[in-house]
Amino acid sequence: MNETRIVVVTSGKGGVGKTTTSASFASGLALRGHKTAVVDFDVGLRNLDLIMGCERRVVYDFVNVINEEASLTQALIKDKHSENLFVLPASQTRDKDALKEEGVERILNELRQMGFKYVVCDSPAGIEHGAIMALTFADEAIIVTNPEVSSVRDSDRILGILQAKSRRAKEGREPVKEHLLLTRYSPKRVETGEMLSHDDVRELLRIPLLGVIPESEAVLHASNQGQPAIHMQDQPVAEAYKDVVARFLGEEVPLRFTTTEKRGLLQRLFGGK
Amino acid sequence: MSLLRALFRSKSQSASVAKDRLQVLIASERTSGSPADWLPRLQKDLIEVIGRYVPVSPGAVKVEMERGENLDVLEINIVLPERARKAG
Repeated sequence: MNETRIVVVTSGKGGVGKTTTSASFASGLALRGHKTAVVDFDVGLRNLDLIMGCERRVVYDFVNVINEEASLTQALIKDKHSENLFVLPASQTRDKDALKEEGVERILNELRQMGFKYVVCDSPAGIEHGAIMALTFADEAIIVTNPEVSSVRDSDRILGILQAKSRRAKEGREPVKEHLLLTRYSPKRVETGEMLSHDDVRELLRIPLLGVIPESEAVLHASNQGQPAIHMQDQPVAEAYKDVVARFLGEEVPLRFTTTEKRGLLQRLFGGK
Repeated sequence: MSLLRALFRSKSQSASVAKDRLQVLIASERTSGSPADWLPRLQKDLIEVIGRYVPVSPGAVKVEMERGENLDVLEINIVLPERARKAG
């Protein structure tokens, strides 16, 4: 039962919500009592630290540990919300080639030995070296997709890469378990026929749906403050991420926030969406 | 309407939090760079300089940095070999 699961959060396309998702998903796992590490693979353009609100505490980074300039314990930053959560920041100044495959493997193994239950790998956008390194050692993959044509196509592309380049694929082991996560979903626009529905996207990509995160203004407030969106009080986006974590842990949770709700008089007066 | 605005203001003020955080971060990244880059070099230089006076093994020079919200602490710990200490 002490087995570590490595989960990559990936998409191909940029700006769809990978880092937002990595931060909230890892925080959610930790809230549920699982010892979790979240690793930023976006070397050169680190941002997970800002979203997690620990940017002022970064001393050493992923590349320092790979180059044996610092120990993993020195580089891991304990999250301010949870005892169970640690952040490994990416390097801000080097380039992606600094992520040597043997180095990445060694560090993931070290995290295993430290007793982490989940290691969440926040992938950079694109399909280059950094993105490949983030998915190489994955046991499971969360494909973050917006209900929009270019994002769906890129997700399909990244699924192909996952099935070709992951260790599990190369070694002919059981394939990486794939999960679809739709983000920035607008039930209203789906209902008016302007936006692809979650059924549409699931049908196109043919992977199981892990959850639907509604488009929300709260995400910007969360990132402004350096607080993962899952911690926002009484926000559909926070509840939706909690549902995602529950489903990932094997619970049966019905989809929420995927249809437009009838608004009460107060909501209408106060302009709630 | 002003009551409504006042009610919702606290929420919209997160932009100023973002601006403050970014100002601090960008200023420190522009001036001193990332400690991840210069700490290993500092450690190397220290070993070299101290080595000119006292024989020290590379593992004897420990450089630790702790960063807090308002204060950063740089701790340098040098363990001198037994003989050098007696001579000094």
